[in-house]
Amino acid sequence: MAHQSELIEKDILAYLKSQEEKSLLRFITCGSVDDGKSTLIGRLLWDSKMVFEDQLAALEADSKKVGTQGGAIDYALLLDGLQAEREQGITIDVAYRFFSTDRRKFIVADTPGHEQYTRNMVTGASTAKVAVILVDARKGLLTQTRRHSFLVSLVGIRHIVLAINKMDLIGYDEEKFRAIEDDYRAFAAPLGFESITALPISALNGDNIIEKSAETPWYQGPTLMHFLETVQVEDDRDEHHFRLPVQWVNRPNLDFRGFCGTIASGTIRPGDDVRVASSGQTSRVARIVTFNGDLEEAVAGQAVTLTLEDEIDISRGDMLTRLDAPPLYTRHPEAHVVWMHDEPLQPGQLYLVKTATGVTPGRVTAVQYAVDVNTLEQKQVATLGLNEIGLARLELDRPVSFDPYGTNRDTGSFILIDRFTNATVAAGMVLDGPDEAQKAHLSQEDSPWAPRRIVLDAVAATNLNVVDLTEEKGLFLLDLARSIEEYLEKGNRILFRLRDLAQLESVAQLAYDKNLAFEFDRNGDGASVLLFKRGTAPAKGYGDDGTGI
Amino acid sequence: MKKNLTHLQQLEAESIHIIREVVAEFENPVMLYSIGKDSAVMLHLARKAFYPAPPPFPLLHVDTTWKFRDMIDFRGRMAKESGMELLVHVNEEGVKKGVSPFTHGSALYTDVMKTEGLKQALDKYKFDAAFGGARRDEEKSRAKERIFSFRSANHRWDPKNQRPELWSLYNTRIKPGESIRVFPLSNWTELDIWQYIHLEEIPIVPLYYAAVRPVVERDGMLIMVDDDRLELKPGEKIEHKSVRFRTLGCYPLTGAVESEADTLPEIIQEMLLTRTSERQGRLIDHDQAGSMEKKKQEGYF
Ligand SMILES: Nc1nc2c(ncn2[C@@H]2O[C@H](COP(=O)(O)OP(=O)(O)O)[C@@H](O)[C@H]2O)c(=O)[nH]1
Ligand SMILES: [Mg+2]
Repeated sequence: MAHQSELIEKDILAYLKSQEEKSLLRFITCGSVDDGKSTLIGRLLWDSKMVFEDQLAALEADSKKVGTQGGAIDYALLLDGLQAEREQGITIDVAYRFFSTDRRKFIVADTPGHEQYTRNMVTGASTAKVAVILVDARKGLLTQTRRHSFLVSLVGIRHIVLAINKMDLIGYDEEKFRAIEDDYRAFAAPLGFESITALPISALNGDNIIEKSAETPWYQGPTLMHFLETVQVEDDRDEHHFRLPVQWVNRPNLDFRGFCGTIASGTIRPGDDVRVASSGQTSRVARIVTFNGDLEEAVAGQAVTLTLEDEIDISRGDMLTRLDAPPLYTRHPEAHVVWMHDEPLQPGQLYLVKTATGVTPGRVTAVQYAVDVNTLEQKQVATLGLNEIGLARLELDRPVSFDPYGTNRDTGSFILIDRFTNATVAAGMVLDGPDEAQKAHLSQEDSPWAPRRIVLDAVAATNLNVVDLTEEKGLFLLDLARSIEEYLEKGNRILFRLRDLAQLESVAQLAYDKNLAFEFDRNGDGASVLLFKRGTAPAKGYGDDGTGI
Repeated sequence: MKKNLTHLQQLEAESIHIIREVVAEFENPVMLYSIGKDSAVMLHLARKAFYPAPPPFPLLHVDTTWKFRDMIDFRGRMAKESGMELLVHVNEEGVKKGVSPFTHGSALYTDVMKTEGLKQALDKYKFDAAFGGARRDEEKSRAKERIFSFRSANHRWDPKNQRPELWSLYNTRIKPGESIRVFPLSNWTELDIWQYIHLEEIPIVPLYYAAVRPVVERDGMLIMVDDDRLELKPGEKIEHKSVRFRTLGCYPLTGAVESEADTLPEIIQEMLLTRTSERQGRLIDHDQAGSMEKKKQEGYF
């Protein structure tokens, strides 16, 4: 099905031409152990003819030797590659698989539902645009389903396929399917996905994988393959936000100075004005130079070489942008940090911070809180251990150009490297700058006479818990809805970003009224206050659900 | 309407980004050039990355002395065309001991002439990063290989202890003596490689195209008689057949396929219509499952 065999045989040139416009989609599969991930991916590879006869012979032999299907073909063995994991019968790391159809090439990050789940999932998801979340139809949503959904939302995936697998084992029951789908939609609403597509499938039998299943006449939606082939994931970042992190300055001789890098967003043409984020110097693009001739225009995702009209000082680590819409340029980014190493984070210790523009020494000055990936609640912590996620404040040795991760995954991300072991110890995602922070949590009761009253009535269940007051002008009183009070009583914290120190009084008044404590911090040019309830036990998770994952 | 990049444009950009990152972050990188089609694409991408300058690193070929003569010719031609320095390393110890694929068997021969030879060369020139043209789709154990793959001071790969690799932020830090193998083609498949060669008109060794060549049948494979070092066993006879190669290595170990495909589109057509993977022509993979993983841990590419 995957390749048009007839066209290949009759007119190979026409076929090759038709393949030139193919797009690329990266996705990730998530699920608990035994939900059927390996079987599902094995099927996709199989059905798109990515398995050759000699591999099939090996697969048949392996299926007899170590398969779980009583000697019948075990598609999962196509994937489970390393010897160690074969022996244990589990997937142990992130692996990348490839298949293609006539419309798209696919890169699948296959990640385990195993011990290092957070680290591996975040790794696999970092480059993915779609997540396929597997659920065993017999079990419905599990703690893991929630965890996986939270992690993929954290890493910026906007499109979810909820693949309700093993439908064959529940008699292709529509009602059960709908119940799981409804559960999921209710749970995932606060995570803000752009699309959620629920599919009734059997990875083992191939139902609704490539072709519509006769067993589910009640299901009108796309098959998994059809969805993957057609889902639109291109970012519509506006052309304005041109970003070129300068990776390398190409100087073969005195007459040529090219600035090389991969465009992180936006478009650029010769004649466009550009600005260097660090120095503020400006110039104009002279040429977009490539091996195949100069370009009229270059777009996000292309690795280009630009020459400029003026001799200005630019080196690796700088970022070129348009004149307006500059990036954040700061020594004090706030970020979600996923800790990936056995040795816990040492606040105050120097690490190497690698961003799209290079390596800068820096430290984590404070961990505001950690998020429990099972309950999405916050814990007050002094540090982060392996697989823990928190909101952290960094201090870099020199300012670096960033965008909020929510607007740009390439210029909003970083990794932390241990200076002594050189291990990659953490991944970070920069939050919105103070001026762009979310304002969703505020509901205002307008009244004609001052002071205004602002009632805090919803904290997004995601993870932010940041209340931005930097846009609020004049005097106001703060109040908390009962749900927020309960939330704080559980040990959660809320971070207020302040416009000026005068606002401190409103927060102090609130703390006094509600018997709360707060911590003041200066960050960069702004100030913030962390509000919490003293003496409460840290929030507890649901605890172990028995699966050990 | 916004222009969206095609899959080949995206793969190309990713590879160029990787190659530039290595040059920006390492002191002494090298490109391992095996003269095959993957190397051809990797070299092409390196030239694109630094155009109009030549790539600022040398090419290294670990020569087992058993490569096809066409490959050696092609190697010289491409080094010249790209303006890059070409380093050729032969494991002289192996040569002195007379190690050959005939007398020592493919496993020991590969270990001495390729794996040992590669380690010798890396140690000799003190390279801290080496580009290789391996792809993740080639073999199961490669699917988990990082793009920047850390090697200890004695060149070992530890599959259980790899650095997590996120976004396109590569950790390039190493201590003296350690090195990184870099695989810019990680996310390419065999079909991508061929389509790209076609689209970009990248030169490849003529052995990929069908021509009438002298071959003998041995262990179920067609082995080309590339020079007079190939001694015929009893019962073997040289035949002239129209053959081509899907993968190139040492001629006594590389099986040809019978084919009439003498243009690139025909090669791709044949590839799409056949049902065997390219590695089948390599004797090295024919032992038990998991053997490649063992070789990699020991420093084979
Ligand atoms: N009946 C049934 N069994 C399935 C289905 N999908 C997977 N399985 C079985 O569930 C078990 C675990 O599958 P596997 O793919 O290894 O799960 P993974 O741990 O998520 O990779 C295997 O025995 C599979 O054969 C399905 O759709 N129906
Ligand atoms: Mg599995």
